[in-house]
Amino acid sequence: MNVFKKLFAIAGFAVTGLAFAPAALAQEAPDALVKRISQEVLDAAKSDKDIQGGNQKKVLELVEAKILPHVDFQRMTALAAGRFWREASPEQQKQLTNEFRTLLVFTYSGAISQVRDQKLEFKPMRAEPSDTEVEVRSQVVQPRGGDPIQLNYRLEKVPTGWKIYDVNVLGAWLVETYKGNFAAEISKGGIDGLIKTLSDRNKKLAASAARTAKAS
Amino acid sequence: MGSALRILMLAAAVTLAGCASTNPRDPFEQFNRAMFRFNDAVDQAAVKPAAEVYSTLPTFVQIGVGNFFGNLEDGWTAVNNLLQGKLADGMSDVMRFTFNSTFGLGGLLDIGTEAGLPKHREDFGQTLGKWGVKPGPYIVLPILGSSTLRDVVAIPVDAQGDLWYNAYPVRVRNFGAAVRVIDQRAIVLDASNLVEEAALDRYQFVRDGYLQRRQSKVYDGDPPETSYEFDIGPSSMDESGVAEQSPVKGEQKATSAEPDPKPVVKVEQGAGSGADAGGVAKEVKQ
Repeated sequence: MNVFKKLFAIAGFAVTGLAFAPAALAQEAPDALVKRISQEVLDAAKSDKDIQGGNQKKVLELVEAKILPHVDFQRMTALAAGRFWREASPEQQKQLTNEFRTLLVFTYSGAISQVRDQKLEFKPMRAEPSDTEVEVRSQVVQPRGGDPIQLNYRLEKVPTGWKIYDVNVLGAWLVETYKGNFAAEISKGGIDGLIKTLSDRNKKLAASAARTAKAS
Repeated sequence: MGSALRILMLAAAVTLAGCASTNPRDPFEQFNRAMFRFNDAVDQAAVKPAAEVYSTLPTFVQIGVGNFFGNLEDGWTAVNNLLQGKLADGMSDVMRFTFNSTFGLGGLLDIGTEAGLPKHREDFGQTLGKWGVKPGPYIVLPILGSSTLRDVVAIPVDAQGDLWYNAYPVRVRNFGAAVRVIDQRAIVLDASNLVEEAALDRYQFVRDGYLQRRQSKVYDGDPPETSYEFDIGPSSMDESGVAEQSPVKGEQKATSAEPDPKPVVKVEQGAGSGADAGGVAKEVKQ
């Protein structure tokens, strides 16, 4: 019995050792990741004249390239849909996730095109190295003065690294803020009703994005 | 002012009594929605256009106005910080107020921030919250906008603490108050346009965002952690970010995540979801 226990312990150590080593080498810490992406996006937004001029198409390209790969939209959508997520078919879930992602990208890209001289400050992250869900806290300092804008992220650990699944601006979490909207739409017209509302809104936003692209 | 305010509150109480709603945090939803529409109308007709014109003024003028009124607020913020037991912040605000009023040319320049004294915003509603008073139901006030019952009660106290409120003559005070409102509106012009596009139902969006923000302010940006209901955990996705999940996998993820002792964010469940048998309420351990 003792021999087996020893073997198990050794095996356990070996496995854990193996698990940690590549992980430490391959993965960026969540706050380093957020810092890097934010800086890249800010730098690109400040230096690109088209973006400063409000060309939506260029902003969307920037967002697709730099930000989207690091966001877990499915979890975000599921959290916003709450108890209705389980009632949706996989096809509906997929559609809902896509429409919600499109809505978020369109509307919040608008914020990026307004970037001028803002600076980002990051607060120390309070997390254990073994945490798989962390919160990264930062704030946007405005050139105009006034209060800095609080901007926090919740990230989850996945095999390929870290992904953002919720964002907090000025104290309000995105998921929580959309929950009411989603629940109301679903109780009016079901999941399909919500999907339709979102896709109608996205069509409108796409039309106005195309207009700004032509204009510049 | 006193009797008018009392009549207003009485009228509000009578109107509010007859309203029903589905959201437990918003029992006066019908009334609030009506107020929201009214405020919107006033905003579209008068305040927003004025703010848009104001925002064309040279930046240093806008900053000066913002700083001037901000400085007057710092005095009351200092008092509230002290009332909340935040002595360091309170003393910092006293110093801010002193510096900016003297070296900052009566508050027009904000040298306090550059000297390392950050700007705080504390009102009596937050002080009450810090003392343990719960926010109470959401209330939308005419003109003043989003509020909660606790903060409505705090208004008379805030008014007394507001230095500009005591300015004379009355015409100067009213003009100043209008300028202050327009300056505030100009600061959030871009954000309000964003909300119009981002929200499916603006009233709800503003309400839920406001309540969270208010809670966050009472705790100075560090509210007690919240958890999600019906959390599905990290999903499996391909490179393009499109979701890839079979129903079977989804079930397994949800149930296997439950006994998992990973530290997850925690929350107090506000909206009565107790009735849901199928609910997977994640437990928070930190």
